[in-house]
Amino acid sequence: MTATTKSDAPRPSTTPPAPDEEQSSQFQKYVRDIMGGSAVLSVLAVVIALVVGAVLIAVTDPGVQAASAYFFGRPSDTLTAIWSAISGAYAALFQGAVYNFGAADFLSGIKPLTDTLTDSTSLIAAGLGIALSFRIGLFNIGGQGQILAAAACAGWVGFTVHAPFPLLLILALLAGLFGGAIWAGIVGFLKAQTGANEVIVTIMLNFVAFYLVSYLLKVPVLQAPGSTNPQTPPMLPGAIFPPLLGPNYLVTVGFLFVVGATVFLWWLLNRSSLGFQFRAIGDNPRAARTAGINVNRLYVYGMLISGALVGLAGANQVQGVITTGFSSGIDSGIGFSAITVALLGRSKPWGVFGAGILFGAFQAGGYTMQAAQNVPVDIVLVVQSVIVLFLAAPPLVRKIFHLPTPGSTPKPKQKKSAPESAPKAEIVQKEGAAQ
Amino acid sequence: MKLELRGITKRFGSLVANDHIDLVVNPGEIHALLGENGAGKSTLMNVLYGLYQAEDGEILLDDEVQHFAGPGDAMNAGIGMVHQHFMLIPVFSVAENVMLGHEQTRFGGTLDLAAARRQVREISARFGFHVDPDALVGDLPVGVQQRVEIIKALSRDARVLVFDEPTAVLTPQETDELMVIMRQLKAAGTSIVFITHKLREVREVADRITVIRLGRVVGEASPTATNTELASLMVGRAVELTVTKDAATPGAPALVVDKLSVIDVDGQIVVNNVSFDVKAGEILAIAGVQGNGQTELAEAILGLQAKVTGEIVLDGVSLRDKSVRGVLNAGVGYIPEDRQQDGLIAEFTIAENLMLDRADGAPFVARGSLRLAYLADFAAAKLREFDIRAQGIATHVGRLSGGNQQKVVLARELSRTLRLFVAAQPTRGLDVGSIEFVHTRIVETRDAGVPVIVVSTELDEVVALADRIAVMYRGGIVGIVPADTDRDILGLMMAGDTPDSIAKQKGAAA
Amino acid sequence: MSTTVATPRFDELPTHLDRAVVKSWKVPAIFAVFTVVGIVLFVVLGRNGVTHFNLSTSTDLIKLPIAAVPTRGAGIIVVIVSAVLTAIAVALSYTARKVPLGVITLFAVVFFAGFLTWAAAGHTLAVPGLLLSAIGISVPLIFGALGGVVSERVGVVNVAIEGQLLAGAFVSAVVATVTHQALIGFIAAMVAGVLVSAILAVFSITYLVDQVIVGVVLNVLVIGLTDFLYSQVLASNAPTLNAPPHFPFLPIPILSGIPVIGPALFRQTIIVYLMYAAIFLVWFALFKTRWGLRVRAVGEHPTAADTVGINVNRTRFLNVLLAGAIAGAGGAYYSLAASPLFTREVTAGAGYIALAAVIFGRWNPLLATLAALLFGFTSSLQFSLSAAGSPVPSEFMLMLPYVVTILAVAGLVGHSRGPAASGKPYIKS
Repeated sequence: MTATTKSDAPRPSTTPPAPDEEQSSQFQKYVRDIMGGSAVLSVLAVVIALVVGAVLIAVTDPGVQAASAYFFGRPSDTLTAIWSAISGAYAALFQGAVYNFGAADFLSGIKPLTDTLTDSTSLIAAGLGIALSFRIGLFNIGGQGQILAAAACAGWVGFTVHAPFPLLLILALLAGLFGGAIWAGIVGFLKAQTGANEVIVTIMLNFVAFYLVSYLLKVPVLQAPGSTNPQTPPMLPGAIFPPLLGPNYLVTVGFLFVVGATVFLWWLLNRSSLGFQFRAIGDNPRAARTAGINVNRLYVYGMLISGALVGLAGANQVQGVITTGFSSGIDSGIGFSAITVALLGRSKPWGVFGAGILFGAFQAGGYTMQAAQNVPVDIVLVVQSVIVLFLAAPPLVRKIFHLPTPGSTPKPKQKKSAPESAPKAEIVQKEGAAQ
Repeated sequence: MKLELRGITKRFGSLVANDHIDLVVNPGEIHALLGENGAGKSTLMNVLYGLYQAEDGEILLDDEVQHFAGPGDAMNAGIGMVHQHFMLIPVFSVAENVMLGHEQTRFGGTLDLAAARRQVREISARFGFHVDPDALVGDLPVGVQQRVEIIKALSRDARVLVFDEPTAVLTPQETDELMVIMRQLKAAGTSIVFITHKLREVREVADRITVIRLGRVVGEASPTATNTELASLMVGRAVELTVTKDAATPGAPALVVDKLSVIDVDGQIVVNNVSFDVKAGEILAIAGVQGNGQTELAEAILGLQAKVTGEIVLDGVSLRDKSVRGVLNAGVGYIPEDRQQDGLIAEFTIAENLMLDRADGAPFVARGSLRLAYLADFAAAKLREFDIRAQGIATHVGRLSGGNQQKVVLARELSRTLRLFVAAQPTRGLDVGSIEFVHTRIVETRDAGVPVIVVSTELDEVVALADRIAVMYRGGIVGIVPADTDRDILGLMMAGDTPDSIAKQKGAAA
Repeated sequence: MSTTVATPRFDELPTHLDRAVVKSWKVPAIFAVFTVVGIVLFVVLGRNGVTHFNLSTSTDLIKLPIAAVPTRGAGIIVVIVSAVLTAIAVALSYTARKVPLGVITLFAVVFFAGFLTWAAAGHTLAVPGLLLSAIGISVPLIFGALGGVVSERVGVVNVAIEGQLLAGAFVSAVVATVTHQALIGFIAAMVAGVLVSAILAVFSITYLVDQVIVGVVLNVLVIGLTDFLYSQVLASNAPTLNAPPHFPFLPIPILSGIPVIGPALFRQTIIVYLMYAAIFLVWFALFKTRWGLRVRAVGEHPTAADTVGINVNRTRFLNVLLAGAIAGAGGAYYSLAASPLFTREVTAGAGYIALAAVIFGRWNPLLATLAALLFGFTSSLQFSLSAAGSPVPSEFMLMLPYVVTILAVAGLVGHSRGPAASGKPYIKS
């Protein structure tokens, strides 16, 4: 971009673009970058998803259907019905996720917010794990399997080992981290040793974990004694995460662990030698290898840590969420939701934290919405996936909202707007080469 | 067919790759397009071939204005292209590759492979190629693959044929054969655009020469012009083709490579029983056509190759079974031949790239944590020392020009205490200024008493830098000769003749 | 060098470098492991008694007798044969020769037969029923795998097979119920698959979003959508929206009378016959027609395809849509043949098994079909064997396809290499 060397006398007729533009109008560029930047795009993706959700709610609402039968007779009825369906649903969603205005006092009004934190705990933990795998360049879709493995390990320790309170909690937690780490470590090991595609291996291991846990739930390893149901006995009291804000709120110390995990991952990725190497192999494994970094070993380390973080979610599920004994559905979709959390958080620790809170809020609010407005909670899955889909395609969002492309000059008509994620390196290479 | 380009302008963002270029190629003429790496030659030809859309200008064939929306249009109009990176599908047979895009079919869209085979045989026979239509392209050597490219273009009745840097992958002898083919095509009435930066080839085969620099036509020349004239036109000033360096003062052999063989993942012996040594304070250049085992040899020294037999000893210590980390710690500096792929992480900052090969210990890491303040000071110092032109140490390396990128690699490798320096294709794709900078640094390293290996496919670079030259052919070292060896002999060695047999042939001829 | 050569003659250029002698011990090692497993299961833990194989159904024209096999004796024979084959493999590998596919297949068949005999000791295995249910489970897998093959061959990784199947199942149930026409439901399923594919295509081809990400998110989206609509609309209106008519069974004369396999293969619904046609057509078109040559070119080396005038992204777009139609058709099988109505998440991960079949079948329609059949067979075996009192827990049988796939991608079953450009977006300058 800038000048190459002092010795080559003739320069290209073009001057470097960046300083040129900065001089033209700092403010305009600033506005453009904000408008086209990722923060605004994230908000807009959420808006699109909520609109999609609203359409679904409206179309399937019995009231709306009834009113639309005589739409041409009295269209206002239909519109009113649509409005009441959507506003009712989203109001319930908000009240279930943030603040319940119908509550007697502030302390009970704020309960939904703490529920959001409860629901986000596992999502953040698993999201952090998936995000780490993304950063090392591996696509870990195996959250479900890792959560199951972790839950089985943490659960087994939690209901078999008779130890006093903090000790058993820690032992079970460590067992969970270990279980998740091993299950993901298999993937790292196979990737390192044989180059096996981690997408396929993680998907397959999800099923293997599911059937393995299902089997263990049928035999006296995980199955509650004297029971024929595929369910474990309840956790011993010593293994259960104590409540964080007193017995009136569901949120447990598990949330503190997740905050700790977020800080840890931030430090790991941004301040540590190991994290530097993780980022190096994620961005360019060949260059990392040439620079003496043992890529294969780091794939294993990375997946072990990734799995341990997902394992924290598994442990939280059995020690904090469902402590009365669990079945093979203990992951409750968190493994896949975690992928969307990691994507929404752009694989950055605090981004994942925020995304986890948001999706936790959807989760908590979703149940209230289902109870209060009869809108199935499954709509949350739709909203989440639409958010991630649009978030991954910034040019599409810009097109929908007629936003400028950041860094571009505000031309009225552009011949062909280059796709956002066009390979920068290639273009730069050409530019560089053409000097 | 007559080809005319008028005022072609092509921009990439703010960079003008082609600036109002005019070019006329007459029927049955070989017209050379001469220019440095990155002068805009390939861009121009991609515009002609419909791969890029020009912002301005027009293309005329036999005085008719053409509009090419894609390569299909260009081909239908009679333009064929032999690409620098062959546009062949390795898992397809020759016939399938040739027919792709204009397949003859029988009922229901069924492929008529027999017709394609016939066509391949017919064109092969016309030009004396030996190409089996049923061979898988991926199994063929590059020279034959190039002929498949030519057959592909001719099978579409191309009357303007563009050769984009066709000799980059060929031995001098294969290059001579290609020249013969080009003359045959010309005799058959085909107009040829020959893109190259190699002066010798231009003067040998071209009827007319157009020189472009920095995206603009800077002049025309006749084939009778001297190398120096063409070179100065090409780079815009008088160029010194040699590197100023004092005579080497070699010490004791520092690196000893003995009976080294490398086997690749497919079980091919890519380096075959190679032995040589490099003395302290000398540059051993490894010459050869691309793909004759030089890359793998350099990678084997670095510990990047998995299956290696034989011995690599540096200052009495064996490197063979060391990891890459271990080899680097033993004091080996390395410039990989593909800096984008192997040398740098484009998404990382300059500072981060400067610590890339010391990411797990002193001086940049203490107790598992990065020493960011130290790194910042270090990077700022290297930015000045190596004249890396960037806004700051936090600039992402992917945003730098090729020359500045290579300086980052150089700065990183030369800031360790070296006992051996291996530079593979250290100036590939660089502008002249950066080439000089890199060459100077390599010679300085030698003068500091470090043994240096330079791997290069550019004979000019080999001759300019080397104190001794080892020539590789099909995985083996054909011979190690002094730096002042005749270029013709080097060329024959690159085609596999040993110095002894060359001497014999000469004796017989005389 | 002289430059006036009139008739040039180029010597044959050297074609290959020398090859190192590579001995691969993979196959003998795997054989040996299985032989040891065989010794332990069939001999050491051998079960006494007789295993009966019922080869006919009550309606067959040609009735075969029930085959009675003494369990332990058969086990010993299987172990001996396995040991011999292992020895052959060792000998071949020792002399650096490849173990032929025939030997591997023979080993697999023999071992499998031994396993069946052992697992069903003292019981009767109804082979035609086993095969019938195997085909039934395989149909969506095969459609899904064919969709996967087409999509990946053109260079777009199709993780969204699950979503395509599920969308097809949902839409076909609703449309067939409303129209009272199974065939219209079937066509609607294909349209649904195309719609899911269209999202995949727009995001991954037009907007260059990572194909795997789009696929995974699409699956979640379709699950969310169908769950939502099912709970909100279908559950309460089942008679009017979720009571699809079914395709009748159309036995093919003569062919359906073939002993053992006839009933399973040729006493089926039209969907299954369409599947046979689809398998052949995809294979034929991919390898014998202009369309196939171009699809494969685009998936292997899009730039090369572009330079000969093939519109890469258009080719990709259209074929991803086609892949969606094929996979969507597989979804219709759930609602219009296999089960009486649409239920939540009826596909239950079949799309992922289909994806596994694509890889295990090395991106070849025929091999992928065989892989899907194998997976369907192990699943149906699980039912038969539990009924026959097999000592192997059903979960382990269900796990088998996934474990086999992991071994396959880990290179233990042979190196599988996908289309070179699969998963990579094509960006023109």
